[in-house]
Amino acid sequence: MTEPLLKVENLRIELTTRAGVTPVIDNLSFELGHGENISFVGESGCGKSMTALSIMGLLPEGVGRIASGSIQFHGEELTTASTERLRDIRGNEISMIFQEPMTSLNPVYTVGEQIAEVLRAHQGLSKKAAWDMAAELLDAVRIPNAKSRVGDYPFQMSGGQRQRVMIAMALACKPKILIADEPTTALDVTVQAQIFDLLRDLRRNTGTSIIMITHDMGAVAEMAERMIVMYAGRNAEIGPVDQIIDRPRHPYTKGLISCVPHIVANLTEERHDLTEVPGIVPSLQEFGKNRCLFASRCNLRTDECLRERPPAREFENGQKADCWHAEEL
Amino acid sequence: MSDPVTVLEEEIEKARHPFTEAWEMFRRNHAALVALVVLTGVVIMAIIGPALYGRDPYDMVWTPFTRPGENWDFILGTDYLGRDLLAMIISGTRVSIIIGLAAAFVSVFIGVTVGALVGFYRGWVEEVLMRFTEFFQVLPTLLFSMVIVALFGASLPMIVLAIGVVSWTAVARITRAEFLRIRELEYVTASRASGARNGKLMFRVILPNALPPIIVQSALMVGSAILFEAGLAFLGLTDPNVVSWGQIIGSNRTYFLDASFTVTIPGVAIFVTVLCISLVGDGLNDALNPKLRAR
Repeated sequence: MTEPLLKVENLRIELTTRAGVTPVIDNLSFELGHGENISFVGESGCGKSMTALSIMGLLPEGVGRIASGSIQFHGEELTTASTERLRDIRGNEISMIFQEPMTSLNPVYTVGEQIAEVLRAHQGLSKKAAWDMAAELLDAVRIPNAKSRVGDYPFQMSGGQRQRVMIAMALACKPKILIADEPTTALDVTVQAQIFDLLRDLRRNTGTSIIMITHDMGAVAEMAERMIVMYAGRNAEIGPVDQIIDRPRHPYTKGLISCVPHIVANLTEERHDLTEVPGIVPSLQEFGKNRCLFASRCNLRTDECLRERPPAREFENGQKADCWHAEEL
Repeated sequence: MSDPVTVLEEEIEKARHPFTEAWEMFRRNHAALVALVVLTGVVIMAIIGPALYGRDPYDMVWTPFTRPGENWDFILGTDYLGRDLLAMIISGTRVSIIIGLAAAFVSVFIGVTVGALVGFYRGWVEEVLMRFTEFFQVLPTLLFSMVIVALFGASLPMIVLAIGVVSWTAVARITRAEFLRIRELEYVTASRASGARNGKLMFRVILPNALPPIIVQSALMVGSAILFEAGLAFLGLTDPNVVSWGQIIGSNRTYFLDASFTVTIPGVAIFVTVLCISLVGDGLNDALNPKLRAR
């Protein structure tokens, strides 16, 4: 394979809180190829969104910072790039859509103005050209009657339509990477399916790589080629989606998968009881300790797990799991 | 076009437009509606009144202290120099309104700039500018503006500046509070993620959303600026070459016991105008404050 589009190596992000400095992302590495779809999975607070924000250079100022590691986009180091350069990249080459379509659009401008704004800022289009382009984009994200809806205010649209507008805005400058931070969490199920269809089609047409952040295993199975399971700011398991679902090499992944009813039903004929992952996520104070952070919830726990942080075990099918017992699973 | 469903949809969309909705809410406040009508009359008077009522407010036209109704040529009577009070009130309207608007503009301009910088950048900018704001807040306002006018001369621009400089702190605090709230909202992050610059984020993204309370405050500011000017003029700190309501009261105050109407009439003009401005401000608050919408 040629050089990856995005290469994240040993990324460590520290948050400064009242309790002190905690690594919310600890030694995370992954690569994203051209046109690839990679998914981040994990519970709330495990650092999925932080990873996305750090790629965009939007970590909360004064609170979060990249302590070490590198993020390379097209071979260009982003962690040390100037704010000017990052601003050029944001929205133009890497763009992002957010979880809450209801609040992600500015209520005082029409959706057309908001899409046109991005085009004018990055592509230097004229007002008229940007407006026409905005109408075309709305049509591309399948908003019916796009020509007249382009002058609508966000409050005149439904949640699903607003998320489409967000996608149109994110794709306006034909970015290389689209980061979708739980794009369908706030939408109902039928609309979710439509948004996934749309993202899949757009990806096929434009070749944009997608980083999707979600906690919906179904969405991952449907959308992504590779997935990263994160737990407490650390990589738990990474690899091709079908391989991981077929044979998870980390007890946490296993737990997550058995939490989803329809995947289990598809894989096996007999009916399992729906399981849960017992216990709760460790608090921020626990982050960064030199032991397996999942140990307290794990039924395979041995002394080893409490003594030292497990190293990554690599398997020949491309799967990589940070677990002392990965081979046994 | 004639399809009834399309027509209905268009009607619904029209009715839901923010401005339409704000107007609906404003209209429900009857006091504000009446006040708006009166205020419109006052503004029209300020604009065309002097041309319509040709008499020079500085001309000594009749016996001093003619009571209202004594002579129908001078409906509101004459002051201590025998000048027509109605002519003075009319030309005073223009000055008072201009001072009110200009001083409110100055204070909103300073207040929004400071509040926006503080609310957006936080950190040391906030520390420095908020101490600066607090410094202005604890100054005795009337005394401070008197000092400014006494030092730099009692011209109209100086009076406007003096009033503006002592009254911007409230606007700054409101703007800061709105910025602190809005900067954390998702659409601001979304704009940032699409590569917007700080200047654009501040004035194109956040400010338009922060406007409603600022508009209400500015409306009230116009009223308090008129009052403030009247206070300064009463103390004689005003441009002697222009007639303003406060100045009429100030120059006639010595004769208050003998000819109270010379003070009462401009007083009523100030009272009515400031009351109307406050009521309109209240109506704007109803119209623009989403928390009151449910009522």
